Amino acid sequence: MQQSKRWAWLKSWEALMFIILCAVVIANLRLSEHYLDLNNLANIFHLSIEKSLVVLIMAFVIINGEIDLSVASVMGLSATVLAERYDAGWPIAAGFALALVVGMGCGLLNGLFAAYMGIPSLIVTLAGSIGYRGVARILLEDRSVGDFPNWFTSLGQDGIIGPFPLTIFVFIALFILGFVILQYSVFGRYVYAIGNNRAAAEYAGINAKQVKVTIFMASGLIAALAGAFYAARLGNVRANAAEGFELDIITIVLLGGVSIFGGTGTMIGVGLSLLVVLNLRNGMSLSNVDGNTQTSVIGLLLILSVLVPNLIQILQRLVPRLFTAMSRFLSKGGATEPKSQVSVHQ
Amino acid sequence: MRRIRRWVPLQRLREFSLVIILIIVVLIFGNQIDNYYTPRTFNRISSTVALITLVAVGQTMVVLTRNVDLSVGSVVGFTAYYVGRYVSKNEDMAPVMLAAMAMGIGAGMGLINGLLVAYGRIPAIVVTLGTMAIYRGVLVEYSDSKSVATRELPDWIKELPQESIFHYGEYELRALPAIALAAVIIFFFLLLYGSFGRRLYAIGSSPEAANLAGIRAPRMVTLAFTMCGAMAGLGGMLYLARFGTITVDAARGMELQVVAAVVVGGVNILGGSGTVLGAMLGAILIGTIEQSLIRMNINEFWKDALLGLCIIIAVSVDRILINQLTPWWSRTELQRMPEEPHAAV
Repeated sequence: MQQSKRWAWLKSWEALMFIILCAVVIANLRLSEHYLDLNNLANIFHLSIEKSLVVLIMAFVIINGEIDLSVASVMGLSATVLAERYDAGWPIAAGFALALVVGMGCGLLNGLFAAYMGIPSLIVTLAGSIGYRGVARILLEDRSVGDFPNWFTSLGQDGIIGPFPLTIFVFIALFILGFVILQYSVFGRYVYAIGNNRAAAEYAGINAKQVKVTIFMASGLIAALAGAFYAARLGNVRANAAEGFELDIITIVLLGGVSIFGGTGTMIGVGLSLLVVLNLRNGMSLSNVDGNTQTSVIGLLLILSVLVPNLIQILQRLVPRLFTAMSRFLSKGGATEPKSQVSVHQ
Repeated sequence: MRRIRRWVPLQRLREFSLVIILIIVVLIFGNQIDNYYTPRTFNRISSTVALITLVAVGQTMVVLTRNVDLSVGSVVGFTAYYVGRYVSKNEDMAPVMLAAMAMGIGAGMGLINGLLVAYGRIPAIVVTLGTMAIYRGVLVEYSDSKSVATRELPDWIKELPQESIFHYGEYELRALPAIALAAVIIFFFLLLYGSFGRRLYAIGSSPEAANLAGIRAPRMVTLAFTMCGAMAGLGGMLYLARFGTITVDAARGMELQVVAAVVVGGVNILGGSGTVLGAMLGAILIGTIEQSLIRMNINEFWKDALLGLCIIIAVSVDRILINQLTPWWSRTELQRMPEEPHAAV
């Protein structure tokens, strides 16, 4: 018993992700000698830092039993607001603040419709993703705004410690914050409780609507922050910025062992799956694999990561049954006796 | 009012409220736009809505069983490309055979989704998020980043969208809407009155109860996904006919439009209720708003923002309307009950 308990963690999702991560890293090491270059290591994170930021909050949203398809549009809208206000002569900092407020407003809207009106969040945020992108189109039409001041773009592009830019440290800080809040705070427990069984959580005195609205607002805020970082990294904003990011983000969260039905998953699992996806993409880029093919490899990984444990479970049930059936068949010399299965109660 | 209550059964209330919203929307736009009530408007909206409706019919079946298929956009894109490439090499291929091929490819892709969901026991959103990327990747590899061009296609497929099946004055029913309408009618009755459809509703309403009633849920779910894939495949062929030029990005993002049509049409995303008629009305509502906004003399960049707003308003109004009307309607239902002879159970 003691033995099996000690090794029980090996069966967890995090362990599976860790093993996959090791495999990916080893494969990458063999593929390219430039993999361990400090610049490449920074690039792994830097090139998708915006998605990584939103992944953190998306984990909260999905564990809470909701979904937010509007994050990519909020990212685009926040980048657009920032650029449009800068174009209109505002200082960057003011535009940045406004972008964050707009993002939170979008989140508030999502939360109010989803939690208080009781419309499924899939529908609300689907409409939101069309609408917020539309607002971005109204603001920028088909223009592209660039020429940000140097300090702003260098914030998103240049390293502050070695080749690692500020955005990576913001991500690490938010990851730790998210980890502590989700796993060790009262609020985090509420998130799990509501995701597991909303009715039970409400009977236990948790204000589920308030928690949901808070999470949607945080989702809007983080997406807006990520959108501003996106503007800083690219140095140029169009209304279609960050289009289609939501599916990548949700894929990473689900690969991290978060159930789409809510209530399960951990921040560590999500972090590991993020590392797996980023390293996998980096390895494939180093060996010149097309972007669409990269996405389909990650899609395949997503399916296999759920399918293989399920198949093992099914086989574990089937194999002993097959074995007994076979042994019975052999011992009876081929004549199986018909066994009545009807019980008295039925 | 009493007559309406008698005429519209409780189960059709959802579609009824959608029709009311649709009429209000049309009246508002008719008031704002000159020459709105013309055959041209009707023909344009009906051609646009047809494609989404066709795919939404398949999607409805999947959503009824508490699942969702996000891979339809990629299936439409792949079949459109494959069929286009094939027909440009074999110009004398019969249209029916081509449609059968498109549906076959789509059904195959849907079957993979269905097997993984039903027998692999993976949540549908996970499977189809994955296969959406995989099918798109297969398309990119297969196409070698080349496009299908309109001039490579035989004439009949280029002329298909303009073909008029039936016309009343200048109001035409063109081939694409006719196919979509046929699919809606067939599946409306198949789902409501056929045993296949009733099983789908049963699985979506309560999987445990369906299991106890002896319904083989995995088989039915697989079948629903396969049929959804087949409809998406047919949609792919019509997509080819409508647009002619097919790139590797064809129909990207279509899945969200289809899901939007289905949920606006009152099909419960949690399974068990809704009809293909509702899904069609949802598609028509969104299509009408979209096309009318284009017609209205406003800045084209306002279109998406207003569309998002309209969807959320439509869904909210629908919810309020249903909440208000249901008790009222069910009273009539109760009053009527003794008059109706009960069928033997």
